[in-house]
Amino acid sequence: MEHPDWLWRTPEPKKSYDVVIVGAGGHGLATAYYLARNHGITNVAVLEKGWLAGGNMARNTTIIRSNYLWDESAGIYEHSLKLWEGLREDLEYDFLFSQRGVLNLAHTSQDVREGTRRVHANRLNGIDGEWLTPDELVEVCPIVNTSPDVRYPVLGGTWQPRAGIAKHDYVAWAFARKADRYGVDLIQGCEVTGFITDGNRVTGVETNRGPIHAGRIGLAAAGHTSVLTSTLGVRLPLQSHPLQALVSELLEPVHPTVVMSNHVHVYVSQAHKGELVMGAGIDSYNSYGQRGSVHVIEQQMAAALELFPIFAHAHLIRTWGGIVDVTPDASPIIGRTPVENLFVNCGWGTGGFKATPGVGWVFAHTLAHGEPHELNRPFTLERFTTGALIDEHGAAAVAH
Amino acid sequence: MLLISCPWCGEREETEFHYGGQAFVAYPADPESLSDEEWAQYVFFRDNPKGDFAERWVHSAGCRRWFNTVRNTVTSEFQS
Repeated sequence: MEHPDWLWRTPEPKKSYDVVIVGAGGHGLATAYYLARNHGITNVAVLEKGWLAGGNMARNTTIIRSNYLWDESAGIYEHSLKLWEGLREDLEYDFLFSQRGVLNLAHTSQDVREGTRRVHANRLNGIDGEWLTPDELVEVCPIVNTSPDVRYPVLGGTWQPRAGIAKHDYVAWAFARKADRYGVDLIQGCEVTGFITDGNRVTGVETNRGPIHAGRIGLAAAGHTSVLTSTLGVRLPLQSHPLQALVSELLEPVHPTVVMSNHVHVYVSQAHKGELVMGAGIDSYNSYGQRGSVHVIEQQMAAALELFPIFAHAHLIRTWGGIVDVTPDASPIIGRTPVENLFVNCGWGTGGFKATPGVGWVFAHTLAHGEPHELNRPFTLERFTTGALIDEHGAAAVAH
Repeated sequence: MLLISCPWCGEREETEFHYGGQAFVAYPADPESLSDEEWAQYVFFRDNPKGDFAERWVHSAGCRRWFNTVRNTVTSEFQS
């Protein structure tokens, strides 16, 4: 049998690039693509210690939405959602983007107040959103249990119709394929072990495949960002935690949308193939182990069963963990570092997938100009000193 | 699930504990003299090593006492 065409080359690393991006996950690949597409910068390498998109890009629950509370978040996430809406045509690759909407359920009067406030904030920012009563949300998702006779009855929910899911692997491949066609070198099995510096300036990276020089370096290494910057003595306000997710066996289509519940804490959608895809919060402790504790899974299964009694006979097939880097305000850090020519895109915590095209766009701008794009200007490292936090803990419609 | 050894109660399941993050982060001796940068370091910045990490746990569902321990953040093995 003949092997199908490869979607990208497997080049040897050159001695030097204009821009080196560390991490070939969704964010790194999207950044490389937009560097080429928007800024004409194609002498770019994306270095990946493992295989392309084999970290959190392969482990997330693929939810895409922009119903965040604060203006800064609304700006970047809605920019991303708008890009998603035209991305299939732009990348000429079908990654099964499905705008099936997201319901964020409310179970307490505080949830109701927060949800309605967030819908108003979203609408003021031009983002679609509605408040649904229990009767209305059953029309959107008939399998949600709205009985008052449960521990945490559903009191209503927010509804963003333009939200949805996409096939994560295909998204990465689509960006990789296009970036490669622009001449970007995607180099797998290439682990960055340190930086080459000249005074307070980075001029390249040390890797297991030798030194690679770079004009500018962008880190898109998620949970491992602190490990990289610590080699320069740069401390970041990040803590790396396991985040687990899981899938059921393949089922007939029963779940038409995405349902998230902050209070009982589970989020559920049904993949195109038929698995129920679920996740919840991080494990409490710092870890790089890519595995978590089983009681975290038990809690989210209990929550899922209360919300969806129809799932009682479904079998859990597989659980896994990824390592997410969490910031004190649950918002990312995208921009400059104290080291010249070194830029970070990190701290996405539990919610980076949805931002893939949006952050690729603004991080490419930042790397091309050495200055942030208007949309990532608030997401600086300095905000932890100035106090201009973007506190999406709880506000972002899911607990982290 | 982690099995955590409480210095007073012995080995118990993780669900009896709450995590307290990095150990030995002392409250500033002279808080009024701190710059904004130093306050940021104290409030928001913590070590995040891949490997041994000195950290705090509290045995919330047991003796309710705090203790320090060293755990490897890759293998989850406790040293003490």
